[in-house]
Amino acid sequence: MSIQAIEDPKVKAFPTPAKPAEVIAFTAKVRRRFEPGAIAGKVASTLVPPAVVIVVMLVIWQIACSSPNASLPSPSQVWNEAYDLIAHPFFDYGPQDIGLAWRVLISLQRVAIGFGLAAIVGVALGALVGQSIWAMRGLDPVFQILRTVPPLAWLPLSLAAFRDSSPSAIFVIFITSIWPVIINTAVGVRNIPEDYRNVSRILRLNQLEFFVKIMVPAAAPYIFTGLRIGIGLSWLAIVAAEMLTGGVGIGFFIWDAWNSSRLPDIIVALAYIGVTGFCLDRLVAAVGAFVTRGTTAK
Amino acid sequence: MTAYLKLDHIDKSFARGGQVSEVLKDIRLTIDKGEFVSIIGHSGCGKSTLLNLIAGLTKVTAGAVLLENKEVDSPGPERAVVFQNHSLLPWLTVYENINLAVSKVFGRTRSRAERHDWIMRNLDLVQMAHARDKRPAEISGGMKQRVGIARALAMEPKILLLDEPFGALDALTRAHLQDAVMDIHSRLGSTTIMITHDVDEAVLLSDRIVMMTNGPAATIGEVLAVPLARPRRRVELSSDRTFLRCREAVLKFLYERHRFVEAAE
Repeated sequence: MSIQAIEDPKVKAFPTPAKPAEVIAFTAKVRRRFEPGAIAGKVASTLVPPAVVIVVMLVIWQIACSSPNASLPSPSQVWNEAYDLIAHPFFDYGPQDIGLAWRVLISLQRVAIGFGLAAIVGVALGALVGQSIWAMRGLDPVFQILRTVPPLAWLPLSLAAFRDSSPSAIFVIFITSIWPVIINTAVGVRNIPEDYRNVSRILRLNQLEFFVKIMVPAAAPYIFTGLRIGIGLSWLAIVAAEMLTGGVGIGFFIWDAWNSSRLPDIIVALAYIGVTGFCLDRLVAAVGAFVTRGTTAK
Repeated sequence: MTAYLKLDHIDKSFARGGQVSEVLKDIRLTIDKGEFVSIIGHSGCGKSTLLNLIAGLTKVTAGAVLLENKEVDSPGPERAVVFQNHSLLPWLTVYENINLAVSKVFGRTRSRAERHDWIMRNLDLVQMAHARDKRPAEISGGMKQRVGIARALAMEPKILLLDEPFGALDALTRAHLQDAVMDIHSRLGSTTIMITHDVDEAVLLSDRIVMMTNGPAATIGEVLAVPLARPRRRVELSSDRTFLRCREAVLKFLYERHRFVEAAE
């Protein structure tokens, strides 16, 4: 998901409007002109094509699943049987009977803790690996092996270690999302131009000042690529981990719905998961675009 | 008068995989306070290496760099460098780039208001105060180099080191910046060492021109004093006899006695 999203031209389009204006003054003035018609056209050109695709997909799905012995529910059936879940995301009828938005929020909370830790530890380790040739020689092979272990393979070990489902799920997120952060940060740090290092040496910046003032901003575009892949992976991992550990997250809801044969509920939950993952990806991308403005051009 | 900066029998060689290549050999030079010295030579003669040695960015193999009779072997703000490609940090504005240097060098000794005034003074000196909130990507190459000079001057260095500062600029912008550097030198009297491969630039700006022989094992071939009164104006000098004589001397050194031989191994 995240890899596709990075190639998405819309993502690249996001930071551009500010830039051409600064480099080439003439085109900027032309582009900055405010034209309501042009804006409406642009909105339509971004919204209409996906809307058409979704409608066509729903129609095909409806036709394919409308025979009486179809094994999966059709869209209209989902709408009728899971209407409560769709219309009331925030209901709360007791500890195990809550709206999907609450469940997503609980899962998001776990992601926030696990991914937050992964971001901090990942950037620190990545900086170490990028900066020190010996740290790289020692740690890089280990990282390369560990990062190929599938998220759920960590779950039994972490259940044994933590003896509780919630920290285990958080650990799985952590261990899943940390690798792309480490690897991308290391590449970013290794690519810091020698001139920036010379500037910091002439100014006699200490290690901490160099890290905060030179290394992190210079490697920021790489770091945010890693964070973006990481948040995508951690959202994949949380749903799978919750299916096994239980609790009230969105992943367990799907497992529970399967056990009680509520297929329409599963489909609604999938839509929630997809939209949330998309929003997380865009959120990290937007933060990255905001933080790294001006660093790409020389 | 004792020398302000002394390069005392400096050798520099790089070892790469068992192979040792000698870049500089027996460099001896003394520079007085307030002097403007250019180092000129063909590409690959190790003049940038020499500047890096003075800056402390690379260590000497033998010999020593002495500043006010003290050995320097690590980089520091009292030997500020203006890099050929400006090396401004692209995520900081012009003001913030200079502030990074000023708050590091004067963070303890000057108040916030004093530091602000000092940054603006240096920006004024290079006529870049108007662009204080712009990022490096938003200003031209010549302007970036001006900011690079302002950043170096803001460290209040004992020696200003210019590493082919105008090499990447077009001829007109280069002339403007040369005038700016001359003006700053006359106002501040800063001791300056400039690496260049432009003969006119060397003669116009320098009190002395240090001419390097070709590598490997390059050394100082000749030192030429430029006895031209300051302030110097480029238009008047273009027909000045002393200027032309100096120019001819450098050209003769570079193209007759030490002609650049491609792939001289």
